[in-house]
Amino acid sequence: MAIVPAASAVQAGAAGGPPRRRKIRSSKLPVLLVAPALVLLALFTLAPAIYALVLSLQKVQVSGGLLGTTTHQVFAGISNYTATFTDPEFWASLGRMLIIAVIGVPATVIMATLFALCLDANKARLTTFSRLAIFLPYAVPGVIASLLWGFLYLPATSPIGGQDINYFGNRAIFFTVANVAVWGVVGFNTVVIYTALRAVPADIYQAAQIDGAGELKIALRIKLPLIAPAVAMISLFSVIGALQLFNEPTALRPLANAISSTWVPLMRVYTDAFVTNNIYGGAASAFTLLVMTVAATVLVGVAANRLIRRSSR
Amino acid sequence: MTTVDPARRGMTTIRQADPDGSESPGPAAANLHAPRGRRVNLGPTIILVMGSLYCVLPVLWIFIAATKSNGQLFSTPPYLPVFSGAFWDNIKAVLSYDNGIFLRWALNSAIYAIGGGILSTVIAGAAGYALGKYRFTGSRLIFRIIVAAVLVPQILLAIPQYLLLAKFGLTNSYASVILPQLVSPFAIYLCKIYAEASVPDEIMEAARIDGSSELRIFYSVGSRLMLPALTTVLLLQFIGIWNNFLLPFVMLSNNNLYPLTLGLYGMITPIGGGLASGYSLVVAGVLLAIVPLAALFLSLQRFWRLDLISGSLKA
Repeated sequence: MAIVPAASAVQAGAAGGPPRRRKIRSSKLPVLLVAPALVLLALFTLAPAIYALVLSLQKVQVSGGLLGTTTHQVFAGISNYTATFTDPEFWASLGRMLIIAVIGVPATVIMATLFALCLDANKARLTTFSRLAIFLPYAVPGVIASLLWGFLYLPATSPIGGQDINYFGNRAIFFTVANVAVWGVVGFNTVVIYTALRAVPADIYQAAQIDGAGELKIALRIKLPLIAPAVAMISLFSVIGALQLFNEPTALRPLANAISSTWVPLMRVYTDAFVTNNIYGGAASAFTLLVMTVAATVLVGVAANRLIRRSSR
Repeated sequence: MTTVDPARRGMTTIRQADPDGSESPGPAAANLHAPRGRRVNLGPTIILVMGSLYCVLPVLWIFIAATKSNGQLFSTPPYLPVFSGAFWDNIKAVLSYDNGIFLRWALNSAIYAIGGGILSTVIAGAAGYALGKYRFTGSRLIFRIIVAAVLVPQILLAIPQYLLLAKFGLTNSYASVILPQLVSPFAIYLCKIYAEASVPDEIMEAARIDGSSELRIFYSVGSRLMLPALTTVLLLQFIGIWNNFLLPFVMLSNNNLYPLTLGLYGMITPIGGGLASGYSLVVAGVLLAIVPLAALFLSLQRFWRLDLISGSLKA
């Protein structure tokens, strides 16, 4: 999250910040303290990523002989990748994920920012209750939230008009899934923005208030630019979250025929690896997705960083 | 503002934000709020009420649905509760489902989330402290690697992690769910930023002059000053692991090892959208899965220091 601003901040700190008095000691302690994290990072992040890459470049070859057939792994070059890239279903799953992201990300960011500004507004009431209430869904795991909303949508049990509205229809399903995802994360993002707002010294608003600026004007002209970095950051969070969409559509699938087993890319990777037992193709899809996600994160991060720089200028 | 050292900026943010997350405005804010009359600011209040309803009503509805037997679930108005004692029958049915496996799942979730949460917080706190307060060979490179690792979505690695662990026969165990979640680059990043801002060099130097070893400085000075950050990281890790679905989904096949999320998913899967003989069971299960965690969560609200996250990024 916000890695790009973070990385640049670190560089800025090292280059232009005040020199930090940090004694170089010949103590082994810091190395010992970092070691467990590094070892685990190598074992459970680096190694699986490399292993996925290695698998993605292989395939199973079945060779028939007099004593029956044997299978063994052989080098496959980029054939698994070409298979992934030429599979229309791969692009379709990517497209469905993007549709949900296009619905869900702006909804999350706008709602979280709006709620946070309202919580921070002068003389707004019920703020303590609202803050707790809005934060509540964060305590509900995505799968459980999907089951919960599944019952709310299901015609047989729906209290929100599921009898008349087909929430699982071919178009509505995107909004249905996006809604469950947004419901789960909006509270967390609201609190992140709200804490950023609380950190702004109140005297900044005072001058504007003396000048007769209304609450709305203060919110839009003063508060919003000040919390732009936090807003950019939750946007980044939300984009990353959307690219990893899996729990909600998977848990809704037993209730909704519109969701196929390869509905979003991560579901496809799962299906490849565990249902159709094509781990090599699955590894290629997984690695492709990994590269795409990192690239998208960097792009959004750089864009957000630019935007912050411009707004703070 | 752009020239302010990010760590220092983070520190001021932390200090200015409410230490206990309560609603009491700071002194400056109080001045601002006091002199005007009592008129309620209607617009924001209405928006907040609507937001609260959106977030709370689905959870309230599950309470209503849980008061109904399976037949009543389909025959009574969906937004009204039924007082026929079906509520307790449903709860009993969930708790006795498959020889009481629901409680086993809840216990598993607790083991994964508490065990993994504490261990990963200790690992992140130690690494963050070392990177924030010491400079040693490779320390800057290590921090760069960790920042880069935050970019890699762990969830996409779940399946490669499974394939790798399967090679060593380590899947389908508690370890297979806990081990991959033990290191969180983001948690290390937060701890590093917080250690830099909140553990003063002067105190460490004073302790050294008093003859304390580096290890002693770490556990009696560093870790104590980092406690607010460690608490927040623990809560974030706890909830992250509790909510994780894909990792146990791929790693576990023995349903005695399932966490709650996976167990409940397994309960709904055979039912599907067709003939729903077990809906009331799943509804009650969902309720039982939500309530304890929500209660824990809201009661721990004052320990949430999310200003750490928003403060850590201001450049």
